[in-house]
Amino acid sequence: MAISSHMDLLRLSTAGSVDDGKSTLIGRLLYDTKSIFEDQLAQVEASTKRRGQDGIDLSLLTDGLRAEREQGITIDVAYRYFATPKRKFIIADTPGHVQYTRNMVTGASHCDLAIVLVDARKGVVEQTCRHAFLASLLRIRHIVLAVNKMDLVDYSEAVFDEIVAEFKGFAARLSLDDLTCIPISALNGDNIVTRSKETPWYDGPTLLYTLENSYVAGQGNYVDPRFPVQYVIRPKTPEYHDFRGYAGSVAGGVFRPGEEVVVMPSGFTTRIKSIHAAEKSLDEAFFPQSVVMTLEDEIDASRGDMIAKPRNHPEVAQDLDVMLCWFSERAPLRPRGKYLLRHTSMETLAMVTDVIYKVDVNTLHRMEQKDVGLNDIARVTIRTSAPVMFDAYAKNRNTGGVILVDERTHETVAAGMIRGKAG
Amino acid sequence: MDRPSYHLSNLDSLEAESIHIIREVAAQFERPAILFSGGKDSVAVVHLARKAFWPARIPFPLMHVDTGHNFPETIQYRDDLVAKLGVELVVASVQESIDQGRVVEETGPNASRNALQTVTLLDAIEANGFDACLGGARRDEEKARAKERVFSHRNGFGQWDPRNQRPELWTLYNGKKAFGEHFRVFPLSNWTELDVWQYIAREQIELPSLYFAHQREVVDRRGVLMAVTDCTPVRDGEQAELRTVRFRTVGDATCTGATASTAANLQDIIMEVAAARQTERGGRTDDQRSEAAMEDRKREGYF
Repeated sequence: MAISSHMDLLRLSTAGSVDDGKSTLIGRLLYDTKSIFEDQLAQVEASTKRRGQDGIDLSLLTDGLRAEREQGITIDVAYRYFATPKRKFIIADTPGHVQYTRNMVTGASHCDLAIVLVDARKGVVEQTCRHAFLASLLRIRHIVLAVNKMDLVDYSEAVFDEIVAEFKGFAARLSLDDLTCIPISALNGDNIVTRSKETPWYDGPTLLYTLENSYVAGQGNYVDPRFPVQYVIRPKTPEYHDFRGYAGSVAGGVFRPGEEVVVMPSGFTTRIKSIHAAEKSLDEAFFPQSVVMTLEDEIDASRGDMIAKPRNHPEVAQDLDVMLCWFSERAPLRPRGKYLLRHTSMETLAMVTDVIYKVDVNTLHRMEQKDVGLNDIARVTIRTSAPVMFDAYAKNRNTGGVILVDERTHETVAAGMIRGKAG
Repeated sequence: MDRPSYHLSNLDSLEAESIHIIREVAAQFERPAILFSGGKDSVAVVHLARKAFWPARIPFPLMHVDTGHNFPETIQYRDDLVAKLGVELVVASVQESIDQGRVVEETGPNASRNALQTVTLLDAIEANGFDACLGGARRDEEKARAKERVFSHRNGFGQWDPRNQRPELWTLYNGKKAFGEHFRVFPLSNWTELDVWQYIAREQIELPSLYFAHQREVVDRRGVLMAVTDCTPVRDGEQAELRTVRFRTVGDATCTGATASTAANLQDIIMEVAAARQTERGGRTDDQRSEAAMEDRKREGYF
C-alpha cells in the first residue's frame, strides 16, 4: 500500500463521449489499485441490483449526484483520488456531452496528463477531436489515447491501428508533446494495470504504467521568476513590530534571499531580505510553493502587484490577444460589455473589443461569426482598465490564464489563455 | 539538470495549494470564519491557516457548531487550541435552536441532531455576518462532495446548487457574491484521508485523544460500534461491552461510531488507514440513511 510520504502527485483528466465507458474506466482504476472501500462497493452492488442489472456497475462509483444515477449520465467535473506506492493521482472526471465543454476546459486547466477515450467500435468521432484540441489548447503535456471496448472488436490489431492512424492524422495539426496509444477494455481490465493476454500484438505500456511514469514537473515554469503578491502580512505584535511580509505562491521560476527584484507595476527595485514558510527560513522558493517574502526596502507593494527580476519580468499591456472559452449558459458575450478580469492576484475591469475568429472545435476551422456563446472558443482582443503583467499562456499557465466574471450575476462566464499583446 | 530538486512531494504540493486557498479567503472576503469541529480535518485546516499567516495571528475566528452531544475530550481540545492560537471562538448551539423553536428534535431510537445542525449553522452565519466559512471537507469522502468546488457558492438561503456551480480554473478563485449570500471554502478538497494523517504525523500536530485507541464501553448497532454516553445510552436488549476502540471521525456522539482498533499512535493509524477496507464515513450512521443522504443535506446547507 501507498504509505510513503515521498511519493509525488499527478493530476490527470479523463474525457470521452457519452457511453465511451469513462466512468467504468475510472471505476476500474480505483478497483484495481484497491482504492475502493468495502462499504462503497456494497453500496454500488446494492444500487446495481436495484436497477435490475447483474454484477457490479463500476460507473455507479463515480456518478455522484441523484440525477446522474437516474439518467446514467455524468453532469459535472468530479474529482477522484487513488494512489500507488509511487504516486498519488487526482482525476478530474469530466463529462463528454456537447454542452459541457466548459467542464472539460476547467478540469484540464489543472492537469499534467489527459486520457482521451475512444470506443473501438466507433473510432475517432467529433468529440475525440474536440477533447484532443482542448487538451492542446490548455497545454497538457501528456496525452493518452485509450482505445476502449477492444473486447467488442475481438481485440483486433487492425481496428486499433486504424484508429491510431486516424487520430494521429488529426493530432498533427495540434501541438501535442507526448502521445501514447493503448488498446484497453475497461470492463474486463485489459491493459489497465496488467498486460492483457488478449492483445499479444501490443508491446506498449499499460495505462497504469504510463500514469506512474509520465514526467510531472514539466508542467511548471522554473526559468522565469514570477511572484504575484497575494496578501500582505503585518503582525503588529511587539515581537514582529516592523515585519511586513508579502505572501503568495510562486507562479514561476526560483527566488533566493539577496537577489535583486523588481516590484511591478511601480518598477521599484530592491533585494529579497528573507523567504519564510511559517517559522522556517528558506534558501530558495520555487513554483508552486506558498511562501512569505520580505524585502530590503520599504516599498508599498500590495495584492495584485508582481515581484519579478529586473532583467526577466512579465510583459505589461492593456490590450491583450486572448483565446477565450465562453462558459455562461445564461448570456452570450456582450460586445464591448464590461466584465471583471481576474489574473494571478489582480482584478481589473475589461471589455472584449474584437472577436477575430471563432474556432470550430471539431474541425479546427476558423469561422467568420462574431457571436460568442456557451462552449464557443474564440480568438479575441481584450482591453483592460489597468495594465496586466502577464506571460504568454504557452510559456506559463499561471501568469497566462485569466477568467472573466460578470459583474451583475457574479458568474465566471469565460476563461482565457493570453497569446500576447494585441495589435 | 537540477530540475528534480524543484519538485514538490505530494504533501508539499497539497500544503502549498491549501495555504494559497486560505490566503485567498483572507484577501477576498470581509468576515470569514473557520468551521471547527475538533475533527482531524478541521484541526489540519487550523494548522494550515496558522502557517498561512505566520508570524501574524489567524485573522478570523473559529466557529464550533455545538450539538450538545459532544465527547468531553473534543471540548477540552477546542478550548486549549483557541487559547494557544489567541483567536476568537464562536459557539453556535443546536440546543439554543431547539429552545427557540427554530428546529424540532428528531424522536425515535436513531434520533440524531446531525440534520438540525444545518439550521443552527445558517443562523450563526447570518447572525455573525460571516461571508465565507472555511471547512475541512474533502472530495474523497463522499460522492456528492467529489463534485463540489473549492470556493462553493451558497445562495441567500444557504443552499448549494450542484447543477449551477462556477467553473474553477488554474488557481483563480471567484468569491464574488450578492449581499446575503456566502461561500463555503474547502482548502483540503484534494487531500485524501491518508494524506491528512501523513501530514498530521509529519507536522506533529496534536489531536483529540479520541482518535487513538482506548478502552471504552460500546454497543454494536448494525455493525457500527456506538459509544455509551449520556445521550446515547444502552437500549433494551442490547449488551454493552468494554472494547479497545478509536474514532476515525469525530462528530456528534449520537451518530459517530467507533472502530475496533489498537492503533495508539500516528504511525499505527497511518498503517491502519492504508490497509483499511472501509471508508471513514462507514462509521457514520447519518450517511447510511439513503443513497443520496449527503447530497440532500448539502443542498440544504449542511457542511
